[in-house]
This record gives sequence, structure tokens and C-alpha cells, in this order.
Amino acid sequence: MSSLQDYLLLSSLLFSIGLAGVLIRRNAILVLIGIELMLNAANLNFIAFWRFGPNPSALTGIMFALFSISVAAAEAAVGLAIILAAYRHSKTTDLDRMNSLKG
Amino acid sequence: MTASFMILALLTVAGMAAAMGLRNAVHCVLALTVGFAGVAALYLQLGAQFVGLTQIMVYVGAVAILAVFAIMMTHSPEPVKQPAFSSQWFVGGIVAASVFAVLAWAIHSNAAFTQGLPPQPEVTVHQIGDALMHHFVLQLEIMGLLLTAALIGAVVIAMGHEEEMK
Amino acid sequence: MTHLAQLAQELDQIFVLAAHWLLSYLPAALQPLCSAILSVAAIIIVFATLFALTTWLERKGLGRMQNRYGPNRVGPFGMLQPIADGVKSLTKEDIVPITADHAVHFLAPVLLVTASFMDYAVLPIGRNMVLVNLNAGVLFFFAIGSMMELAVFMAGWSSRSKYTLLGAMRAIAQMISYEVPLVLASIVVIMQAGSLSTVSIVNMQATYSGIWPHWFVFTPWGFAGFVLFMVAATAESNRSPFDLPEGESEIIAGYYTEYSGFKFALFFLGEYIGMFATSGMAITLFLGGWSAPFSFLTWVPSYVWFFAKLLAIISVFIWIRGTLPRLRMDQLMNLAWEFMLPMTLLNLLTAGIWHFMPAGSSRWLVCSTMVVVPCILLSRGLKHRKKFQVRTYHYSE
Repeated sequence: MSSLQDYLLLSSLLFSIGLAGVLIRRNAILVLIGIELMLNAANLNFIAFWRFGPNPSALTGIMFALFSISVAAAEAAVGLAIILAAYRHSKTTDLDRMNSLKG
Repeated sequence: MTASFMILALLTVAGMAAAMGLRNAVHCVLALTVGFAGVAALYLQLGAQFVGLTQIMVYVGAVAILAVFAIMMTHSPEPVKQPAFSSQWFVGGIVAASVFAVLAWAIHSNAAFTQGLPPQPEVTVHQIGDALMHHFVLQLEIMGLLLTAALIGAVVIAMGHEEEMK
Repeated sequence: MTHLAQLAQELDQIFVLAAHWLLSYLPAALQPLCSAILSVAAIIIVFATLFALTTWLERKGLGRMQNRYGPNRVGPFGMLQPIADGVKSLTKEDIVPITADHAVHFLAPVLLVTASFMDYAVLPIGRNMVLVNLNAGVLFFFAIGSMMELAVFMAGWSSRSKYTLLGAMRAIAQMISYEVPLVLASIVVIMQAGSLSTVSIVNMQATYSGIWPHWFVFTPWGFAGFVLFMVAATAESNRSPFDLPEGESEIIAGYYTEYSGFKFALFFLGEYIGMFATSGMAITLFLGGWSAPFSFLTWVPSYVWFFAKLLAIISVFIWIRGTLPRLRMDQLMNLAWEFMLPMTLLNLLTAGIWHFMPAGSSRWLVCSTMVVVPCILLSRGLKHRKKFQVRTYHYSE
């Protein structure tokens, strides 16, 4: 029988993987994807807490996960548009080389 | 811990880890879709059918496709000579590992999280629609506004200026 | 008379009863698993056979339209041609480009075929004949359908060829653009039925007033929705006149140029299976699924009606392919965003008004006007903008 603990551990592992990706990848698109991973981990927590919580018929967790998925989709669209605009400006998506403000 | 949970968890973690670790950006996105599908399967296992299918539709069908389109348009699919990881990769790794350690310790030491699975609640699409239209209607409207703003904003940002396009 | 009615009912349920009879010999623990395997095997065999039949029908039909014979060497009327084609594709050498990404190149056709067969899980092909009656069946269908874009991208990218990449980009742009009107066109039915379950949508349409069934296509919004859905479905399944992703005179075979032998056949299969699935969804949503067109024909088994409607839609697809020339890329995109999208949104409004107006001829008049007048105005207006003008060909002048 899986308990709430298993789901929470899994989601914290996913969150850490996403965080590691955000911190160490050079490609801006993959950094954005790392952020999506962290959002997914949070969604998994919402659904797990909804399922194991005292009042699943209130659907709060499901609603939060649905809204969160929509926000994530909007974020991905705008984020990728910004990356495209930045690419057009600096001809690279490498975050280590996007340093024109550096003196 | 059931066998199905173990398999799905392994699949999800493997997909997500590959998405963050592979050198080729397109391979990363393809591995990522495996991870997203694994999360969707976990939702289905938890009885959240609607959310699981929405996850597949939004993440596999839209976000992953958007990401590969962006990779194609920025000419970064082929692995380049320079390393895929940032020069301070070990710092990032240590931060992520310590975050996981703290979270895992907190979850592990809390006895309230070890309870078993309560009986499956009955959630129909009808109930979700009802809740969206009555209890959560303001949030739904705000979400619609946000998505419209994001749509227009993304188009305006990505379109660029007229003289640049020539 | 009651004896005859019972016979008709048993004939209707013959496959369900046969499955029950077969499963009764198995231990109870194995029954759910074996039942699933049996149903999946039945779906795969039936629709793969239909695929073979359709390739023959299509080649014959196109041959007739182009004033030639079509296949006529293997078997009577060339009917065994699909078998010969299958043997040919199995025995051909499987060539993979040396620069290709081998794993992704191999996985693309597998994913495409798997995803297109998974669509059938929620299609009711007869009374009590559905694999799983999901509460969110229509959503499942569209979620699985969106996975096909990924397979197309995998095929186009992994081959490392300009034609495949161009084809894949065209295909994805087209499939994403037409997915919006496809989903919006089916939402009118969901609004009216109040359910996302395919089984209850069909059950709602399988009632009669007089001899006429309550199919959703027999309402103004349902008819407009059906037409819009079918146009979007043609684009989704990359059929002519929307076959830019694989336009052979432009980019060889599009995203599957670099596939040969059995993998090529798998792409072919996946594409046709996807087309059948989308047509099956159109039948489920608008044409009453397995229900009979007249109340006095209900004695005919339900699955016969489903497959009759499916064959009729396939014939229309073949007819359109033989008739219409291919669109240009900008025309294709403009059609999706400037005509289809406003029409589907307007159709949503029409369906809402239909729901709240009292039944009678007034709501027929209002709703028909709401659909027809904007359609004419929009197409007129767009025609004046030089984007959908009648095409002229230099050689024909």
C-alpha cells in the first residue's frame, strides 16, 4: 500500500531534479523546462494531498492542479517567446554567454 | 508501496533525470515527455482522471511541442563543442541535493504522512464542471484573462519588429 | 414477432455474448485481463483489415476518377493487392540513414501506431461494445491524438534530412492549428449532451421521434459542427487537400521520406488508423454512433451501422482526394485561423442559444441564420482579400 509519504518523497525528488536542471544547464530552453518540472512536482503534491486529505469531495486539490497546469502552459508560451526574442537579439540561447551587461 | 507505484515512479524519475542530464536538447525534450506521461499516469492512479488527461494534453501535446519548436528555431538541436552544463555545475548540484535532503528529512520525520490510502472518492467530470462554474467561477474567469494575455503577449514578443523580419 | 425481436437482439450482441462464453472457461482471476486482451486483439484485427480494404478501395476509386483501372492483377478486381503490398513491405530491406538518430528513428513509427490504436479505447463501435467507458472519454481521445504530433516530429527530426524536417514542421504546424477548431467543433456536442463520456453521448442520440433519430447533425449547430469537424479532421489526418506535410511533388514523402520497408508500412497504417479513429469520433459525436438512421431499422445489428457510416465517410475522403488540388501553406493557415476558428466560436454561441430557446420553428430559423449568414459573409470577405481567390493555372489559360 503506498502512503502519502511515498508520493511526497517522489515529488520532492522531481522538484530537486528540476532545480538541479535550472541551476546547471546552459541552454535557456532547458532551464525553462526545469521550471516546468518543478511545477509538475508541485502539482503531484496537490493531487496527493487531495487524495489523502480529509475531504476529497471538495475537489480543492484537483481545481488547484488544473489552474496550475493552465498557468504552466501560459508560462511556457511566454517564456519560450522571450527566449526566441533574446535569441534574435544575441544569437545564442547559452545562458553563460548572455552576459552583455557584465562589465 | 505498491508495484504499480514503484514502476511509475521509476519511469517518471528516469524520464525527468534524463531530460535534465542528456546533452542533445531534443533528446532532453523527448525524455521529458516520458516523465510528463509518468506523472499523468500517477494522477490516474490516484483517481484524478480529468487532471491526468489534461496533463497529457497540455504537457505532451503542447508544451513539449512548443519546446522542440523553440529548439529548432534557435539552432541548438546538435550538441555543441562546449559543455552542456554551466561552469559552476557542482554548486547547483550541491544546492539541489541539499534541498532534496531537507525535504526528504522533513517528510520522513512527520508521522502524519504515513497513513494508508483512504477509499477512492468518486469524481466525475460533471462534479468538476459544477465546481468550476459555481465555487471556482472567479478563478476560472481570471484564468481565462491570464491565458488571453499570455497568448497575445507571446505573439507580440515572438513576432519581432517589422524591419527585423525583412 | 417477439421471437424475431429476440433474434435481432442476440445478433446485435453476438460478439459480446461470444466473448462472455469464451471467458467463462477461464478462472475468475484471469477474466478481466483476458477480456481486455481479447477486446484489444479484436480491435486491432478489425481495423487492420479495414485498413487493407481501404487501401484497395482508395486505389480503385482514385483510378476510376482519373480514368484508369487501378490495381487489377492480384486476385479478382485486384482485391488481394493489400496482401501483396504487405508481403512486399515485409520482405524489403529496412534502410536507416547512417546519420540518423537510430533510437528515435525506430521509436517514431511505433509511437504513431500505438497512439492511433489507443484512440479506439473510447469509441463505442456497437451497443455495449466499447473497450473502456471513461468518464472523460472525449478528453482521452484528444489527449492521445495530441501524442501523434510528437511521433511526427520524432520521425522528421531523427532522419536528418531536409525533406523530413520540412515535412515534420509543416505537419506539426498544421496539426496544432487544426486541433483548435477540431476540439471547439466537438464542444457543442459536449454542451448539449452534458457529458464527456462517448457512451452516454451515443445513448442520447439513439432515441427517435417518429421515425427520425435525434442525431446531433440534424440541428443547425450540429450540422455546422459536423462540417467544421470533418474539415479539421481531414487536416489532422494529413489527407488531400491538406496533404502538404507529405506532398509528394514538393517534399518527396514528407516526414517519412527516410523510412523504408515495414516501418514505411507502419506509418501508412498509423495514418489510416488515425483517420478511421477521427471519423469514428465524428460518427460518435454527430452521426449517432451505432444507432440506426430510422426507427424501423433498429433490428439491424448496431455494429453494422457503425461500420456503414465509417465506410461512407471513408468514401467521401477518397472522393475529396480525387477532386480537390492541394492548398498552399499560407492558404492552409489562413483557413484555420481566419475562417474555421471564428466559425467554431460562433457555433458555440449558436448551440447555447438553441439550448435556451423554446422548441419550435423560431429557434430553427434563428440558429440557421446565425450559422449560414456569417459563413457566407466571412467567406465573401476573405475572398476579397485575395487570399482564397479561385486559383488559376498558367498552363490552362
